[in-house]
Amino acid sequence: MKYGIKSTGAYLPYRYLPKADISKAWGGKGGKGEKSVADVDEDSITMAVEAALGCFRTTKRSDVDALYFATTTAPYAEKQNAALISVACDLLDDKVFTADVTSSTRAGTNALRLALDSVKAGSAEKALVTAAETRNGFPKSAQEAGFGDAAAAVVVAAGEAEDLLASVDFQASVNEEINDYWRNADEKFVRHAEKRFCDEEGYLLQVGLILKKVLQSGYCAEDFAKVVLVNQGNPKLLKKLLVKNGIAEEKLVSTFTDTVGDSGAAQALLGLVNALENAEEGEKILLVDYGNGASAFVLTVQPGIKDRPVAQIAHYLATRAPLDSYARFLSWRGIATAEPGTPYKVQPSWAQTWREQRINLRLHGSVCKKCGSALFPINRVCDCCGSKDEYEEFSAQEEIGKLYTFSIDEFAGQSDDPVIIQAVAEVSNGAHIYTLMTDFVREEVKVDMDVEFTFRRFNELGNFPNYFWKIRPVRREVR
Amino acid sequence: MAEYFKNKNIKDELAIIGMGCTKFGERWDVGLSDLIIDAAFEAFEDAGIKPSDVEVCYFANTNAPNNCSGTPVTDALKIHGIPVTRNENWCTSGHIALINACLAVSSGMCDIAMAIGAEKLKDKGYAGMGVGRGLDPVREARRDAPGSFALIAEAYGKKYGYSYDEIKTALAKIDIKNHYNGSLSPKAHFHNKLTMEQVMAAPMIASPLGLYDCCGTSDGAACAIITRADLAEKFRKDPIYIKGFGCATDMITPHYRPRDFDWTSFEALRNCAKMAYEMAGITDPREQIDLAEVHDCFSVTEMTIYEDFGFSKRGEAIKDINDGFFERTGGLPVNVDGGLKCFGHPVGASGIRMTYEIYKQLQHKVDNPERQLEDVHIGLSQTFGGPPQIAACMILGNEKG
Repeated sequence: MKYGIKSTGAYLPYRYLPKADISKAWGGKGGKGEKSVADVDEDSITMAVEAALGCFRTTKRSDVDALYFATTTAPYAEKQNAALISVACDLLDDKVFTADVTSSTRAGTNALRLALDSVKAGSAEKALVTAAETRNGFPKSAQEAGFGDAAAAVVVAAGEAEDLLASVDFQASVNEEINDYWRNADEKFVRHAEKRFCDEEGYLLQVGLILKKVLQSGYCAEDFAKVVLVNQGNPKLLKKLLVKNGIAEEKLVSTFTDTVGDSGAAQALLGLVNALENAEEGEKILLVDYGNGASAFVLTVQPGIKDRPVAQIAHYLATRAPLDSYARFLSWRGIATAEPGTPYKVQPSWAQTWREQRINLRLHGSVCKKCGSALFPINRVCDCCGSKDEYEEFSAQEEIGKLYTFSIDEFAGQSDDPVIIQAVAEVSNGAHIYTLMTDFVREEVKVDMDVEFTFRRFNELGNFPNYFWKIRPVRREVR
Repeated sequence: MAEYFKNKNIKDELAIIGMGCTKFGERWDVGLSDLIIDAAFEAFEDAGIKPSDVEVCYFANTNAPNNCSGTPVTDALKIHGIPVTRNENWCTSGHIALINACLAVSSGMCDIAMAIGAEKLKDKGYAGMGVGRGLDPVREARRDAPGSFALIAEAYGKKYGYSYDEIKTALAKIDIKNHYNGSLSPKAHFHNKLTMEQVMAAPMIASPLGLYDCCGTSDGAACAIITRADLAEKFRKDPIYIKGFGCATDMITPHYRPRDFDWTSFEALRNCAKMAYEMAGITDPREQIDLAEVHDCFSVTEMTIYEDFGFSKRGEAIKDINDGFFERTGGLPVNVDGGLKCFGHPVGASGIRMTYEIYKQLQHKVDNPERQLEDVHIGLSQTFGGPPQIAACMILGNEKG
């Protein structure tokens, strides 16, 4: 019996901002690469759900009995975020243990370690770890340009070699109390100490310490075919670290700091998913994460790797579009908020939101047991044969539907997201789902095009984010 | 049709003896009560009655503060002590008030019933009607009425093989027609005539609907006094007889209906028409109806109604539009006062305003002789409301039989 990674998933938002656009907005020049930007209808919860969906290609949702959500940018400061993610992932409430792991950019691998420990201890069989991040740097700062939004997820399980993508053979951590990077409660932007102090006494020292621990535990640098090393997108600093610790540069697996940005708590897992999406059986992978200390994991790629599904990260990278405006980015992040739109017609209801979560969060409709007609949302009385309370629920989450009809609305949107597509999607059982479309190229929106469902923020009624599913042109790699 | 109407011949049993309608528009200077007073007193004077002659009143309104019941009417007109109730049925509220007044008289409950619709949309503090479709607090999104009705266009084009440009151009002709008609109506909100170039160059609201495909949000009120046909001639020589009425309601979200609903035709419209036509004995609406006021909240809605109300064959509304069939000089003039598009759309008042136009046309007493239609005997007014799902209509005639 081995312990390790059974499934992987990742998510990169549709939008990215060229770093040159940011420097240009401030009257500077230069800025290489891009930062990934969560859409105005996305946050760390929605992206964590997207990444988790990748894992469900090879792990049954009903088998998951633990869920750890890792982030430093949770939409809720109080109220468990993982509970909502679990429901949106359509996991079983009476089975799953859920927890948020926060406050550190090491939260992703902290959650990984908790998941491994719970599986080893036998308290969980399939533990889902999903990490997502939407960090803000001060406008005009290097961090603003350097941070990027992304999500990654893994399922940790016990199993035979054929059941696992990789076993985790070793893990170690060191702790360090230091104010190199921090954000006070109620603040929006990450602060930092003098950079040389951050580099020397923080990152280089702590990563050096954890690597030393690895090498003192019977491994040598040559053992590793792939090394995942979190970094802040500073090539000089990274080079210094590699040289100092005798790690060959070509072994480094990208964590996408140049194209996505430093994705904080999601970065290490994003790198790990990238490594596993490109690994060969038998390879050893070293994973190193940093943030108030450091953690290291040694993995061995298992025979189960031959059954892995199609790589997601490369596909998500290849299907992005630039955000045309730094100003819209600032408004989306609440930094320079554009004029609010007109008010909503309906009143919020906490009770209704709670009562209808099977519809809104799980995306369940009903299929009539008598006549087979499918309806969305869940309907107690069948619209076709009139039967009452004779239905089974179905989930439309994994459907590839057809766009039945749509309109492109240039009036209803709020001022920083002016174009809304109202849309009706038809799914395979014939149900029609009325929602909005997101992440579209307006010229390419056509009746009958393929669409998939994506979990998004809908509104803030009731003074909390309300989530439901939108449709978008097919982008998720489901094979 | 309900058994009640099958067994009871409503046709020609009831008549409208007085009507009133305010100037529609951005009436910043008047309140809801002023609008109610102006519409009601015009109707009282037209009918030759006093406010105290009214025995029951039905108030149509969608945007007054909640829980006001019929009190905006009793407060304004001082007709307290009688049943005065309010209905909210989106854009059909005015027709529902008319139908309720008809049923009250027809049942023998009273002899003189009043229907009044009034709306003060411009007191809301913002343009438009607010966002969201009132579906659910979670699934509510920044979407609005133009985008909801615009869903018809893509589906219609797909079903009947029309290109986007063909649909857009046909809809523009509806806009041009209604604005020309409205330019002749003193009480209309807008008086600007449109050219094809203006319509095509106007800002897009929700594809394919541009600015001029969408009606304005207006303030206004309209009122009707209804009595038994046998009493009507005591009040005036030219009462207008009620030939029939109809109403049908779909689900809150027809969007979710999986079968027999393809966004080009609406069950509520079809069944509303069927009920009224059966009551009025109309078998060939295209020939038998002389003029119609239909729900052109958006141009595409008017086009859909042409087919669901049997004015055009399925898939041929665009042909009739291009032939000018619905122009004031055409075979069936539609929205000769400018429609919601140009006359304005104070939601609760609209059904009664449309009926006011039919009433005046059938009496040959429209406010501007230039726009009086000749030789008209049967007219239809019709509204369609919600996201959308409720339809209502009324058919009137200026002679019995």
